[in-house]
Amino acid sequence: MKRCLQIHPSDNVATLLEDAGAEEAGILGDRRNGTVVLREPVRMGHKVALQNIPKDCPVVKYGVTIGLSLCEIQEGDWVHLQNVRSQVDERSSAFDAVTGSAKDTTYE
Amino acid sequence: MSDRRWQGYLRADGRKGIRNLVLVVYTVECARHVAHEIANGEDGVHVIGFPGCYDNEYAIRLMLALARHPNVGGVLAVGLGCEYTQPRRIAEIVREAERPAEWFYIQEQGGTRSSIAHGKAMVSNLKVLVQSRARLAPMCWADLTVGAECGGSDATSGLAGNPVVGAFFDRLVDRGGRAIFEETVEMMGLRDVLLARAASPKAALEVAAAYDKAVRYCQSVHQYSVSPGNFAGGLTTIEEKSMGAVAKSGQRPIQGVIRVSQQPAGPGLWLLDSVPDEHFMQFGYTNPNDTEGLMDLLSAGSQILLFITGRGSVIGCPIAPLIKVTGNSQTYARMSEDMDFDAGRVLSGQVTLEQASEELMDLVAKVASGTPSKPEALGHREYFIMYKHQNTPSLEAGCRA
Repeated sequence: MKRCLQIHPSDNVATLLEDAGAEEAGILGDRRNGTVVLREPVRMGHKVALQNIPKDCPVVKYGVTIGLSLCEIQEGDWVHLQNVRSQVDERSSAFDAVTGSAKDTTYE
Repeated sequence: MSDRRWQGYLRADGRKGIRNLVLVVYTVECARHVAHEIANGEDGVHVIGFPGCYDNEYAIRLMLALARHPNVGGVLAVGLGCEYTQPRRIAEIVREAERPAEWFYIQEQGGTRSSIAHGKAMVSNLKVLVQSRARLAPMCWADLTVGAECGGSDATSGLAGNPVVGAFFDRLVDRGGRAIFEETVEMMGLRDVLLARAASPKAALEVAAAYDKAVRYCQSVHQYSVSPGNFAGGLTTIEEKSMGAVAKSGQRPIQGVIRVSQQPAGPGLWLLDSVPDEHFMQFGYTNPNDTEGLMDLLSAGSQILLFITGRGSVIGCPIAPLIKVTGNSQTYARMSEDMDFDAGRVLSGQVTLEQASEELMDLVAKVASGTPSKPEALGHREYFIMYKHQNTPSLEAGCRA
């Protein structure tokens, strides 16, 4: 079974330790055991939602808010730029979720 | 582990070095080739230099801090002869610190070859002096200052590389040592987290000021310290990257904030502020590259530097050994000739965080005792000193401050 790591007990996301498809993954972490069913492929280093997160709610990792949900996120969803925004960085939603490339710079 | 001892070099200011190097310092880009040729082929001789012809107080302070670094036993300052920065003054200040120092101008010495020969003769004399004047003294953890920086980060940096370094920092601080972390622009969104760790009300004010300045800096340049490679690797926001970066500071209280070239006032964990001051924020970048940040940590007297990388890096450092820690076991395997420590074993469950930090402490003690780190053995001596403005007294003082 593929593995993901929940760093802090209050985290609502876990980080994949290897590339995973839409499959069940084991949750590591000193404080939580169990599994989460991925609704889509999630790559190593990326995050999966461990619970449903309503729109405009904190996404929590390391026990702190790392951003706010842009839409409703369901347990098992890939959590990244397409559904989370920074509370600090105004460019946050201007990057491609897969490549990370900036979409707000003009090349002409 | 707690009673570990090794031999060091006692300096007149009370600090102790783990190496006893001769440092060649050049004072303008025009003198760079001659300076490097002087050091070429010489054991225990490192080079730093400043490329600008116009001087800058920040850069002068940084060069003087490096010239009087505890790992430096003696200095040769080399100038071309028409630049603002004065090699004579650098040599004088090093001598005032009771270490041998020489200086010369290339224009007065002749051409390239005669200057190199002259410099090599001075260096050979300095090498004898730093050995004969060396005051050997026992060292322990309380005599050690270690700086940590991350670069080429991936998702493993915040999960394994930085947490292992943080756990080592806790051990070092618990044994009376000094630990320094920086990169305040990678602390975005963590104001409350950092303030909660301030050791005193004064430290809290310093941390708040450094944090708020970093935010204003990022706002003024419309750029946060997060890159497409970070996003592609799974980091979603600067807040997430920041938590991973701050993990390298461990859990101990923050004693206060130091500026570039300032020494920590006592033992414990210190935050280094390298962000340019107000009015001149857009004159110079806060962290133009990893090497610039390492110079800042060196300037605070770090005898050893830790560099945490996930994707991999091949930089080193003059003056202080650089120990490379990766949280990515694949990177460790692929770049094993450059990587000193595989913290990725924490993620595969081979070792616990505590075990890994104890192993890292053992490695630091070995390097402090004289074993070269991998970048040190490979001859990596990258340096970078540029114009910047800190402690700017007033707008009128302009760009020289």
